[in-house]
Amino acid sequence: MNRAPAQSRPQHRRERPEAGPWPHLLLAWPSLALTVLFLVPLGTIAALGFFRRIPAGFFEVGFVTDNYARALDSFHLERLGVSVMLALAATLITLLVAVPFTFLLTRRPRRAQVPYLVLVLASLSLSEVIVGFAWSLLLSRTSGISNVLVRIGLMETAVAWSPGLWAVILAFVFVALPLAILSLYPTFSRLDQELPEAAGTMGAPPLVGFVTVVLPLVRRAVAATAALVFIFVLGAYVIPQTLGRPAHWTIPVHITDQAIMKNHLPLAAALAIVLLVMSSVIAVAIVVIVSGRPPRAEPSVPAP
Amino acid sequence: MTPRPARLPLLALVALLLAATATTSLAQPLRIAVYGGYFQDSFDAHVFPLFTEQTGIEVESIAAPTGMAWLVQLETAARAGQAPADVSMMSQGPLQRGMTSDLWVPLDESRLPNVEFVLPALVNRNAAGELVGVGAVSWFVTLVTNTDVYPEEPTSWAELWGDHPNSLGLLALPENSFLLEVTATTFFGGTDILDTEEGILEVVDKLIELQPNVQLWYRDEGQFQQALQSGEIPMGQYYHDVTGIAADEGFPVRSTFPAEGGILDSGSWAVTRASDMVDEAHAFIDWFSQPEVQDLVARMIGTAPTVEREYLSLSDEEFAAVSDAGTPIIPRYDMYLERGDWLNQIWSERVTR
Repeated sequence: MNRAPAQSRPQHRRERPEAGPWPHLLLAWPSLALTVLFLVPLGTIAALGFFRRIPAGFFEVGFVTDNYARALDSFHLERLGVSVMLALAATLITLLVAVPFTFLLTRRPRRAQVPYLVLVLASLSLSEVIVGFAWSLLLSRTSGISNVLVRIGLMETAVAWSPGLWAVILAFVFVALPLAILSLYPTFSRLDQELPEAAGTMGAPPLVGFVTVVLPLVRRAVAATAALVFIFVLGAYVIPQTLGRPAHWTIPVHITDQAIMKNHLPLAAALAIVLLVMSSVIAVAIVVIVSGRPPRAEPSVPAP
Repeated sequence: MTPRPARLPLLALVALLLAATATTSLAQPLRIAVYGGYFQDSFDAHVFPLFTEQTGIEVESIAAPTGMAWLVQLETAARAGQAPADVSMMSQGPLQRGMTSDLWVPLDESRLPNVEFVLPALVNRNAAGELVGVGAVSWFVTLVTNTDVYPEEPTSWAELWGDHPNSLGLLALPENSFLLEVTATTFFGGTDILDTEEGILEVVDKLIELQPNVQLWYRDEGQFQQALQSGEIPMGQYYHDVTGIAADEGFPVRSTFPAEGGILDSGSWAVTRASDMVDEAHAFIDWFSQPEVQDLVARMIGTAPTVEREYLSLSDEEFAAVSDAGTPIIPRYDMYLERGDWLNQIWSERVTR
């Protein structure tokens, strides 16, 4: 029904490159929104990082490099390293759970998938604060899971698993998992059911078929999901402070402290810019490494 | 079929206009910011209705976050000519920072006759000598313990350095924990040692000896209170008033004024320069400084009064419940103003790590 107009549109474009003001106007709106809602605040924050801190007061407009220098000193670089390692670990574990889960989920009949998808969507609605507090209780010595393990004889005494490194990573994975599953779901459900079956018919055990046939086909979706999860987790600031010890306080925790508790907005802004640059570089690197090619809008066309 | 869909937006617009006219015709309430949660609930229940009844001025309470966070919001808003609240209860550190950046409106002392009752230390003046803050309430941060885990009440802050591995909950930042003052008073005979950077470093060396005892450096009070009540983290520093309420509700917790004294911090009323209700703000501050109101607040909310004891009608027992006869530990606000950024850096690099 709508094939005819779809075909005629490229022709139309070839004949008359000037299609009136409408395409420009339609493009102008998102561009304007992007400029106003993203670039302007970003520019303000980048500039704020150069403003002069008034130690006993607030800040004044100026141009000093102290804040960026402090944001890049050994203490904050170490914190940045910890933040990146924590986020990478959480991303890896999330993918190790989400990829097989989504694959197995999309192999099931549509009707059987619904309860799982509802569950995933529901857990997406929990805020980081609720997740952090819930896990701090679940991992506590006095009322946590270890009491159940003691009750059924698997452990001698109840222990506190929070605050600690694994408490932070566990909560990161918990908040990132629904995001990862929903991001992988469309690609996995479009995957031809017969491909893994064919691999099985030709003698590949299920795991080998999954790794050699399925994974290469979904590589780009996995790469995009990895970048998404990494950036999402890197920005978390409630979980590291409720479930972590000071050694696990990430850069976002320190940004919050500087901005909210220490009244030092210029340093908070400089730290935010450093974090933004670092996370962008690493996210692009993840996409390049996992998908095997640099991110671009269109697949490259082989030369004739 | 019916013209309904077309008429609906028009009706909505009319309703909106009517609503807008209705709200602008009402008198604007005086917006007063106090800490959200227990403070706001208590002020809404016991204080603001009485003020409205006696003066006819309507009040809208605003839930403020911790002092520094609220200061940042007020500063940013004032730069844009906005006032998220007219009057704010500010703790002493943020109050003084606001003075440096001229955030507060100088108050007219001739319209505040009751300020004469307020403790001199809480009649806050800026560098030019103008009155910008008036003491509202005081509160103590004390040594708190879970009574199931520690049946015997501790007596000294030195207990924090005792044999209690992974048992303490302490506030995470220098300027809300005041642990440097506690360490200096407990081990160095007072806070004078904090006059110099060398002295501060010496105190930091002593303070970090308690690191193995710390289970949680907390920013969120709720998280520590829950852990203290359950015994998960059985010892630490916390607010005397809230701990008293938890104990009254039957939780196994106690607040102790150690031999070295509790930490005494105070909130003062201050008015942001972006407020357009300065007259009503004066009326509220003067009303609140009356000894009768201070009596009421001490009885109903459990905070320590900011008015000289001699003017109050509190019995010895009532006074002892909200305050302590001993000498309190007074935070070195000057230290945070003078060396705040340096101190924060030392703290991040050495104390919480």
